[in-house]
Amino acid sequence: MADTADTALTANVGAFDEPFHQIDFAHEGVAAGHQTSTGISNEKLGMWTFLGSECLLFGALISTYLLYKNRPGTITNVAGEVVGQVHDRISEHFDILFTSASSFVLLASSLTMVFAVVAAQRNDAPRLRLWLGTTAGLGAVFIGGQVYEFTAFVREGFGFTTNVSTSAFFTLTGFHGVHVTIGILMLLVLLALSLKGRLPFTKSESVEIIGLYWHFVDVVWIVIFTIVYLIK
Amino acid sequence: MALVTARTPLELTSGDNVQPQPLGVFARPTATTGIKGWLFSVDHKKVGILYGAASLFFFLTGGVEALLIRTQLARPGQKLLSADLYNQVFTMHGITMIFLVIMPMIAAFTNYLMPLQIGARDVAFPRLNAFSFWCFLFGALFLNSSWLLGGGPDGGWFNYAPNSGLLFSPSHGIDFYALGLIITGIASSVSAVNLIVTTINLRAPGMTWSRMPMFTWMSLVVQFLLLFSLPVITVALFLLMLDRLFGSSFFNTALGGDPMVWQHLFWIFGHPEVYILVLPVFGIVSEILPVFARKPLFGYPFMIFSGIAIGFMGFGVWAHHMFASGMGPMSVTAFSLATMFIAVPTGVKVLNWTATIYGGKLKFTTANLFSMGLIAMFTIGGLSGVTHAFAPADTQQTDTYYIVAHFHYVIFGGSLLGMFGGMYFWWPKAFGYKLREGLGKWHFWIMMIGFNLTFGPMHILGLQGMSRRIFTYSANQGFDFWNMAATIGAFIIAVSVAIFIWNVWVCYRDHRRNPVACEPDPWDARSLEWITPCPTPVHNFDTIPVVSEVDEVWHRKYGHDEAGRPVPIATRAEVVQKGDAEGVHLPSPSYWPIVLSAGLPLIGYGLIFSLAWAIPGGILVLVALFGWVMEPSTDPDAGHHDEHPSDAADGGDAAAELEGSEEAEVADQAEDAKTVELEGAPVG
Repeated sequence: MADTADTALTANVGAFDEPFHQIDFAHEGVAAGHQTSTGISNEKLGMWTFLGSECLLFGALISTYLLYKNRPGTITNVAGEVVGQVHDRISEHFDILFTSASSFVLLASSLTMVFAVVAAQRNDAPRLRLWLGTTAGLGAVFIGGQVYEFTAFVREGFGFTTNVSTSAFFTLTGFHGVHVTIGILMLLVLLALSLKGRLPFTKSESVEIIGLYWHFVDVVWIVIFTIVYLIK
Repeated sequence: MALVTARTPLELTSGDNVQPQPLGVFARPTATTGIKGWLFSVDHKKVGILYGAASLFFFLTGGVEALLIRTQLARPGQKLLSADLYNQVFTMHGITMIFLVIMPMIAAFTNYLMPLQIGARDVAFPRLNAFSFWCFLFGALFLNSSWLLGGGPDGGWFNYAPNSGLLFSPSHGIDFYALGLIITGIASSVSAVNLIVTTINLRAPGMTWSRMPMFTWMSLVVQFLLLFSLPVITVALFLLMLDRLFGSSFFNTALGGDPMVWQHLFWIFGHPEVYILVLPVFGIVSEILPVFARKPLFGYPFMIFSGIAIGFMGFGVWAHHMFASGMGPMSVTAFSLATMFIAVPTGVKVLNWTATIYGGKLKFTTANLFSMGLIAMFTIGGLSGVTHAFAPADTQQTDTYYIVAHFHYVIFGGSLLGMFGGMYFWWPKAFGYKLREGLGKWHFWIMMIGFNLTFGPMHILGLQGMSRRIFTYSANQGFDFWNMAATIGAFIIAVSVAIFIWNVWVCYRDHRRNPVACEPDPWDARSLEWITPCPTPVHNFDTIPVVSEVDEVWHRKYGHDEAGRPVPIATRAEVVQKGDAEGVHLPSPSYWPIVLSAGLPLIGYGLIFSLAWAIPGGILVLVALFGWVMEPSTDPDAGHHDEHPSDAADGGDAAAELEGSEEAEVADQAEDAKTVELEGAPVG
């Protein structure tokens, strides 16, 4: 019985030119956690758990921004006396069109990530590399857009320390930007491993796991874009 | 189905058996003994013991700080500590005891016991586990290095803004606080992910949710609390760091910041933290009491659900720490009610423990004494806690010694007593010899006397109006007598701790002179960890046990007669495994966890003093990450008796666990799984 399985798997896997439907997905579980209590691999469950934690991280950052976004204006102390003035809110200077475009790029990268995962599951190494590269590239375009946006703000006189709303804005979007950057690095590592032939089919799940992270970062951006940029 | 389990998890299926060598430009450690065996180990048991040792070390540090505080307050107008130094000492006392003593001690118990209690050979990610420990240790040392680098943090462990700003706290102490707690927070978050995955994924066949030991259940709840509360404090600490080091003004009222944001973020973490400190100890007590009452835990499912309820409700009561902050009557009412409600599941636990003891054949071992001491002392602390739930009363109690009394009764009288109980109980499991019962009882009774003498009077002092955090008081305030009493009590506690250390030392010495492992299962215990011999062999289980009962080991030893009385059906020696299995694959030791952790404090120093320090730190982190990713979790060159060409691959290994952990094929698998393998399981 066991021998049969071995042969079946050996025959199926690694055959790039085999039609999709003949590949024996039922036995992919070797890599995908067939032997854990839940059937989910440790790595994938670990990533889901970690992303749960990340939700709270961004939740706290977004709440902080929401509390501070209207802070510029009159500042009063507890007794109601005016103790300070801050004039410009950063939210009045957003370039919605530009950010919409870069948001679209980031969302598109989620689609290419899905293609990469599918290619990995089909053991289609060339396509996997293509889509990994594309996803990383689109992510890089988004980060480039963010760098441009930040420098534009600084040129207009909105630095990190200008007032609390700019501080909160740069902290929130900066945290997100760092997350995207880490995601790009992980995609590039996957790409390098694949090029070196070190990403065998048994490891295809790692593409899916990095994909989970990537989608999460995208979803967070949808929330940030809506809350920070679109809601007045 | 059998098709798959026939192969090892990492075996390549593509036919290309020629594995690329890991890009290991670095050799990998092989020592399993000596100092290197500790530094580079990824064994969950060694990591657990390291956590425990570090925790005891910091317990002494925090204890010395406590004695300094009590000496300063012993009489009115003492001049032992200046006001400034006093601030630093009480701040570091709180931070040390919470973050560097109780939390790592919980991590010690969880690391050591949880895999044993669920029938696993290690945690899901052993290297991440080692990383958690070293990251915690370096973060803790970083925090304490502030003493030598311009003074410790001086804002209290809660560190309210704007007092934490540069204006009121110009030294670097609070920078150390922010960065040090971020580093230890990373350690705890990583550990939470790791232990959650382990508990969910690596349970032995038959170890269903409704059969899991209570300690594992409670630590699972706590890992979720950590997972969801730590990111919030991380954000708060990050904002604090940005304020102090990068010129933002999140908490600076003069520039539009809001100190209430700090309070909310801090307590959204801070209140779950309280349950993080105490729930695992509830689990420990729930393990100890049934053993020494020789009765099953009363209301096992209720204990689980009350623990989960405490976990959920723990996230909804944070603002009861802020009744005096002026946040408005609606918030105060809501949080006041929520706080009263959370006493219900806690009360369920106390009543169930009482019912567990009721009618049992009690054996008053040291472990049991500490557990029962916990029930009594924690109940006092819990009841005084309910008095704070009433906002009008609380506004009178806020910032007085009444609060200090309350939280010492729950954290010392709850967490710490339970942990000492756990140490006496599981010491033979970890080290192969018992601690002396006679000395243990001296330890217990002297500690109880000292504890009540220290913190009992603080209720009175608080109601008399003595403020917290004052560095002295004058003779005409009427605080003299009870302060002196509390100080005497503190030194009595110190005596009891000395007895404990003496106990550990003499037992260690005797064991070295005559190294005979104690009998297996010395307490006639109930849960799965006792199926392994004492001390636990490196591979934990010879064969992974198949679980069919809540108290698995007990049910293998005892049946029941018609009246429901336990009847022995097997001796302990028959039930306990021999610990002599060979050919078990275990995760290999690694340099990278400790190297990666060493980089983080350097980055911290870089942020505080000069970015030049951050450069070597950053390099260490990058090198360690590279080495880590390129290194297989299990060394392909490590000696083993069978051939698996494939466990090399790279670090991001596949899933897996023990062969045949699927329940369907449990029965037959377990029989012939004499050399079950773990290889590949762990990634971390």
